[in-house]
Amino acid sequence: MTTPHATPRATTEGTVYTVTGGDWDEVVESAVKSDDERIIVNMGPQHPSTHGVLRLILEIDGETVTEARCGIGYLHTGIEKNLEFRNWTQGTTFVTRMDYLTPFFNETAYCLGVEKLLGIEDQIPDRATVLRVLLMELNRLSSHLVCIATGGMELGATTIMIYGFRDRELVLDLFELFTGLRMNHAFVRPGGLAQDLPPGAVDQLREFIKTMKKNLPEYDKLATGNPIFKARMQDVGYLDLTGCMALGATGPVLRSAGLPHDLRKTDPYCGYETYDFEVPTADTCDSYGRFLIRLEEMRQSLRIIEQCIERLEPGPVMVADKKIAWPAQLALGADGLGNSLDHIRNIMGTSMEALIHHFKLVTEGFRVPAGQTYTAVESPKGELGVHVVSDGGTRPYRVHFRDPSFTNLQAMAAMCEGGQVADVIVAVASIDPVMGGVDR
Amino acid sequence: MTENPNANGDEHNANAVPAPRDTGGEVIRVRKGMFGANNGGDTSGYGGLIRTVTLPGAASRPYGGWFDEVADELEGALEEQDLLPANAIEKTVVDRDELTFHIAREHLVQVARTLRDDPALRFELCTGVSGVHFLGDKGRELHAVYHLRSLTHGRIIRLEVSAPDSDPHIPSLVAVYPTNDWHEREAYDFFGLIFDGHPALTRIMMPDDWQGFPQRKDYPLGGIAVEYKGAQIPAPDQRRSYS
Repeated sequence: MTTPHATPRATTEGTVYTVTGGDWDEVVESAVKSDDERIIVNMGPQHPSTHGVLRLILEIDGETVTEARCGIGYLHTGIEKNLEFRNWTQGTTFVTRMDYLTPFFNETAYCLGVEKLLGIEDQIPDRATVLRVLLMELNRLSSHLVCIATGGMELGATTIMIYGFRDRELVLDLFELFTGLRMNHAFVRPGGLAQDLPPGAVDQLREFIKTMKKNLPEYDKLATGNPIFKARMQDVGYLDLTGCMALGATGPVLRSAGLPHDLRKTDPYCGYETYDFEVPTADTCDSYGRFLIRLEEMRQSLRIIEQCIERLEPGPVMVADKKIAWPAQLALGADGLGNSLDHIRNIMGTSMEALIHHFKLVTEGFRVPAGQTYTAVESPKGELGVHVVSDGGTRPYRVHFRDPSFTNLQAMAAMCEGGQVADVIVAVASIDPVMGGVDR
Repeated sequence: MTENPNANGDEHNANAVPAPRDTGGEVIRVRKGMFGANNGGDTSGYGGLIRTVTLPGAASRPYGGWFDEVADELEGALEEQDLLPANAIEKTVVDRDELTFHIAREHLVQVARTLRDDPALRFELCTGVSGVHFLGDKGRELHAVYHLRSLTHGRIIRLEVSAPDSDPHIPSLVAVYPTNDWHEREAYDFFGLIFDGHPALTRIMMPDDWQGFPQRKDYPLGGIAVEYKGAQIPAPDQRRSYS
């Protein structure tokens, strides 16, 4: 049996077919003919439903998955190594690209770590902290929206996909307004934020909340009670509490097993203990429970965002210590965020000291006392932990990200083995892995 | 913690405040000069500056807060298993409100199992292992750092284990914390730390046939010089470092 699309070739492991299109029938036919019924299917790394470049290696018997393994590393970019060759402030530019759907969580977790090493946690201005919370909660919305959108698309529900990306676009518009960029912001810096909110931002935010309050119930109407949706999601991707704890799963996966563990409540940072919100849980341990949890978390995030708006008091967004605070002033130009020409004119033309200071901080950076610290934030996917080590220099000695996608993806085998091939997609989607975070 | 070679404070200090940070931490590097010019040409006058960089050293009792309770419980639980705590716990560091136990590698699995199972400790969740390569820490170059979280008690501690470059073996914690499976593969992939007892210690990020361990400090970053507006900008690891 040879077709241009599925050429068999003999290997030591048996006959291998490379399937590239709608030639499944021929492969199945030839598999039936051979006496060995065990088929190993490579799904990915370029499969559209694997959330990036995830390679799933499935051993299937008929429609049943008997063994499932992950192949990762296709998106490894060496960010952790690169950080060791840049100064502490430049670090945010790198970490924001790790899990590209949760840039503000990466930046904030990293900056909290650097600030703890510097011992300046108490000096961070309130406005900066409130804005960090605001940005993180907006980011939680956008991340969950992508999860629900792509998860729906993989079930064939393209309406959910369109709705999800429609609403995510609203969040990205806000990000663009605040930071100048839709993704990869590098906006949270050690010591505070790159700059303050632009004029009119709060009004836009209020408008956004109004729109989201109208849009969020649409997901309920569309999916929550939908019998097809439920039939595909319920009891799929099952992982109970014991499994979660053993495999280190956190975030919606853990909360779907009934444990209300959320670092915002159990180990608060950025003043989360002062906000009024709830941690939703489910007791179903399945994909459907995780979907419901994400929906509810988006409503809770909106609540937190509303509280943030009330708390926004005018004030600085960067520490007063000029030995740490990034000296550049940014301005939004016609081509995006860039250096403020007024500021450059000022330091270049009027103040030699300011110029020297600017030059020293930008080229050399600040020194961070030797030591190590671990800071963790609750990202939409679970515990995002950052282990930062300093040797007293101007560059990080070692930064390690414990990305929740990486850890949770290990649970894939436990969730999929013994189930149907079609359910693998649902189970993986319910973990919500983002390969940028998994591979870093 | 009764044997504390680095402690310079009074062991019997009964004040209820955390002991001052010890200065006798591990020496991780000796920094020379000031502006990153290593091969002559430094006319700043700082070229002769020599500074030793040490990590925070061992703390002495009391550690403050719940740290003492955890340390007491751990020591008690190890004694019950006929393991002298001083043999397992090399030193205890309290720095920046974080508690670190430096564990002798041969006792790591037993200590971790105790930390997980003892009702008063209950560190159920391991957040993986992070490797660190201290070229200057002679005889203890490779460090494996574990962060353990107790959901029951709402606590987090750090375990640190070290191995020399010449013998990069550390026992695997997969049997205690299955979540460490991929984390240990990652640490092996990047640092060459061999976790004895791991079910399948293979590369996870780098290609299977990759040579070397990229995140070791003696492994170059790579990169090529680029030209920008007529000037040559060297690769990131060739640029002047101020550290």
